[in-house]
Amino acid sequence: MAMRMEYMTTKKDELVGWIRKFSLFPYPFVTACCGMEFMAVSSTLYDTDRFGAALPRFTPRQADLLMVVGTVSHKEAPILKRVYEQMCEPKWVMAFGACATSGGFYRNYAVVQGIDKIIPVDIYVPGCPPRPETVIDAIMMLQDKISRERHPIFPFEAQQPVKA
Amino acid sequence: MLYDDLTRELRGLYDRSWDSFGMLVLELRAENLFGLVSRLRDEFGFSLFLDVTAIDYPQRAARFDIVYHFYSRTHNRRIRLKIQVPEERPTVASLARLYGSARFMEREVHEMYGIEFTGNEDLRPILLYEGFVGHPLRKDYPMEMEQPIVTYRK
Repeated sequence: MAMRMEYMTTKKDELVGWIRKFSLFPYPFVTACCGMEFMAVSSTLYDTDRFGAALPRFTPRQADLLMVVGTVSHKEAPILKRVYEQMCEPKWVMAFGACATSGGFYRNYAVVQGIDKIIPVDIYVPGCPPRPETVIDAIMMLQDKISRERHPIFPFEAQQPVKA
Repeated sequence: MLYDDLTRELRGLYDRSWDSFGMLVLELRAENLFGLVSRLRDEFGFSLFLDVTAIDYPQRAARFDIVYHFYSRTHNRRIRLKIQVPEERPTVASLARLYGSARFMEREVHEMYGIEFTGNEDLRPILLYEGFVGHPLRKDYPMEMEQPIVTYRK
């Protein structure tokens, strides 16, 4: 008699996390030279499609991973904030490179000292610019974080925690 | 030689002249700027307005240097003009009537150093944003000062 798998048992939280972590649609918010490294990461050599995170959506409404790639100035901060607010839940934010993480070596009147002053950040990628391996490591760490998220059904408010 | 002609013909319009790595530098007073640049453009072919910027010397009596660069396409020569202006009255004539591109560059110098260009009506900020207080490239602007538009979290 042939073995047939007709059902499997798992936890709902794990199932939801597993589905979510392999369908990351990044929105690249590219402002500076880190964008060159972002192109390298998204090329075939490093193949982020292995993690389900290869297809950039160039509208924030279809994306769930906001990659802030490069320096963000004070003049640009309202744009970043609006892009973040346009994204649907669930959403995650990656600060790509030293400038997005902390302002980098720009300590002056123009540059925001880290995008976490404006929007919540889930994962920080160091480097100026980061190596592609660092970015892939960050994606994997973010996937771990996503798969560890809990999704209680009740109360409803706790299902969609407000992160801001 | 173009530079010899220049120093001879324009004598009286400038105070001092010297050579800087093969480029002629003229130091002049603010009131002579417009007349001198008009002659540079019309008689000597300095048709290209390369740049205007400023230098801040906080300890000097005339605090700012305004520095102009022009390029003559007919002679393949550059020239630099320097004007000292005091902090109380950092005013110089606008060159927007001679060179259209001066309009944008004067806006930048205006917001970064607070130099007034009389004759340029549109001195809105071009790199900075509305509501920015102070002039960030002045030496006394605090390095750590931030003027965010978006209110910070927490």
